Amino acid sequence: MACNSSGCESGGCYDREKENGSKIVEDAVVGVCVKCKCNEPKTFGDGGSDDGKFCAECFRNNVFGKFRLAVTSHAMITPSDNVLVAFSGGSSSRVALQFVHELQIKALKNYEASRDRSLPVFGVGVAFVDETAAFPALSMETIDAIDWIRSTVSNFSPPAKDLHVVPIESVFGSDSLDPRDRLVKLLDSVPDDTGKEDLLLHLKMLSLQKVAFENGYNRLVVGSCTSRIASHVLTATVKGRGYSLSADIQHVDARWNVPIVLPLRDCVRQEITRLCLLDGLKTVELACRSQSGINDLVSSFVALLQEENPSRECTIVRTAAKLTPFYFNKIPETDDSNVPMATQRRLKRFNLKYDGSMTTEAFCPICNGPKNRSDSSELDTFDESQESDALYAACCSSCRFQILPEDGSSLEQFGSFLPDHMISQVKHQKVHSQNDLREKIKDCLLLDDEEAV
Amino acid sequence: MEAKSKKAGGSRLCCLCNLRRPVLKRPKTLQQICRECFYEVFEEEIHQVIVQNRLFKSGERVAIGASGGKDSTVLAYVLSELNRRHNYGLDLFLLSIDEGITGYRDDSLETVKRNEVQYGLPLQIVSYKDLYGWTMDEIVKMIGLKNNCTFCGVFRRQALDRGAALLKVDKLVTGHNADDIAETVLLNILRGDIARLSRCTSITTGEDGPIPRCKPFKYTYEKEIVMYAYFKKLDYFSTECIYSPNAYRGFAREFIKDLERLRPRAILDIIKSGEDFRIATTTKMPEQGTCERCGYISSQKWCKACVLLEGLNRGLPKMGIGRPRGVNGDHRKETKKLASAAKSIESKQCGSLDF
Repeated sequence: MACNSSGCESGGCYDREKENGSKIVEDAVVGVCVKCKCNEPKTFGDGGSDDGKFCAECFRNNVFGKFRLAVTSHAMITPSDNVLVAFSGGSSSRVALQFVHELQIKALKNYEASRDRSLPVFGVGVAFVDETAAFPALSMETIDAIDWIRSTVSNFSPPAKDLHVVPIESVFGSDSLDPRDRLVKLLDSVPDDTGKEDLLLHLKMLSLQKVAFENGYNRLVVGSCTSRIASHVLTATVKGRGYSLSADIQHVDARWNVPIVLPLRDCVRQEITRLCLLDGLKTVELACRSQSGINDLVSSFVALLQEENPSRECTIVRTAAKLTPFYFNKIPETDDSNVPMATQRRLKRFNLKYDGSMTTEAFCPICNGPKNRSDSSELDTFDESQESDALYAACCSSCRFQILPEDGSSLEQFGSFLPDHMISQVKHQKVHSQNDLREKIKDCLLLDDEEAV
Repeated sequence: MEAKSKKAGGSRLCCLCNLRRPVLKRPKTLQQICRECFYEVFEEEIHQVIVQNRLFKSGERVAIGASGGKDSTVLAYVLSELNRRHNYGLDLFLLSIDEGITGYRDDSLETVKRNEVQYGLPLQIVSYKDLYGWTMDEIVKMIGLKNNCTFCGVFRRQALDRGAALLKVDKLVTGHNADDIAETVLLNILRGDIARLSRCTSITTGEDGPIPRCKPFKYTYEKEIVMYAYFKKLDYFSTECIYSPNAYRGFAREFIKDLERLRPRAILDIIKSGEDFRIATTTKMPEQGTCERCGYISSQKWCKACVLLEGLNRGLPKMGIGRPRGVNGDHRKETKKLASAAKSIESKQCGSLDF
């Protein structure tokens, strides 16, 4: 039996194989963990295929191992870093926070034990985005959630972690007159429900970026798990975002000011919830999502598929991972002499293959997705007056459809509601065409890659 | 409202011509339009696809894979119409495969024979019995209702090429529609088949093979095809194969229908995603050779059809089907499988579309 799940390192597959081969062996091992063969296996009773096979410790080590492998092999966190963990209160980000904390404790231990103390301990901060402005009905719940988060973060053992509670409207900047009102108006002018959801999610990311940048963090840890990413693969496909998809699902996404890392990319939701149960990690879910729209339809479809085949989510993510990533899907190389030698030596990275000829420099100002060449020149059957509009022209076809207002007159107003830096990006879109210039003089350039110039 | 529709206003007139009363809501755009405008946009879109993708050259002989079902019937009708109207200069033929399924193919072939007369297109029928010495009825009698679709699918692929060779055509067109292609894109993602994912959205395939195949309905919605057939009162056959009787729609198809309800454009978006996926072009393709037994293209010593046929003739029908599975330990799962067998992720089990 071929196991498609990425959880194969656990040896679960091997044991399942054996179990198929002879029943006697299975009977003999009942009552002990299939990995360490000594402890009692833990039964979660959630109907998972490997339920009751591993002991609590082996299960935990397996999940943490996947997290650590992702972190080390993509150089997500190095000793000189200052890491901001995006914490929503949900189980995935709770586990991400827990694991980052454990890494930090270990780093601290090593630091104190080492003689020369050459490796500093990376810093950790926590950020929570307060979406009350978008969901006024949830204001009470959000206040409770923030209190709870505050106590959770302060209860971590030292080193202490800063908590940043970021109101989502902060994305408009401090000089905006009535940011709450502006947010409401912006969301109201999006005609499509799914588009509204996606825009809000993007604004959330922008506010996280803002707080990370302003507070001197150089990594943003997001706890997206395999299940979440599998849904994203399908929603992106359904929305016609096939080109930019491969940018979103890699371990590292450095197209932002502060690179985003996804250390839980290889853990499925079931593992995450089990771990929360096991470690007694409390979570809080703010039910702020609408129950209609493309995103929900896809989520329930993925859940259905997962029921039919427990490794389906992993297969989906693996398929998407075979797509060619972008040049920014790795932590940028720093030749900063401030980084201590000891740190540099430790960097061990997967050699992802990047196809230089497939790079792009144009990004959609709304979703920040890289745009396909054909997308830029594509002519849709809309009014010609809209065609001339810079914002409309700069957006990817998916945002044009689901986020921009239908008629040209409200488009200008919509633009005025957007955060200012999004619009300035449109104006500076011309700078991005540098790549095209480069294309023209390519034969005379001696260096191949963009970073080296 | 999820779906954007171009406003028809409060008026009771077709939003394209503004003259006649609308009689239908166009599935692709939700525009309320009249019958005449529907015919026009439907045909014009297919014409544009043909022109923009340079599917045909003047003077070419083109075979239409005709099953008698809705897709191929509409394709035959529209293509002969466009050929006349826009002077493509094509010699069109109907090509049907007779799998030898009593109560299904014999009836649908009658439809194709009527189409031959109605559209004035010469018809060539190629039968499994003549090519392989077996009808599907005989195969099913021998192997039962499991895996029979594998035989049918492999044989059909080759039979179409052989039929096309008999007609000496330059191209073969098939009635795959936008829904079919969107479903294939999704299934390839769900299965992890990156190689197929990269080529399943090509409008023309097999250009390196003996006869290229193309899909003029790549961007045409299934619902619109049904609508066209309905309004034009085209003569088509709409019964499903008796050996794959599941009128069920698979998970993926159901999902696409749900999406279409929510956002009609989603089907086109899935196809666009499929076209835009960044897939390195350096993926290894199996080396193509010819079958030592029948001379058909094959990456192995023998082509798949010959392997299957050999199995049938030697009374070993399992030959060439999948890998042998472990027998032990499967008993427990058997009951579970039976329950889940009622649903699958695919909509059309036999992997064949419409002919």
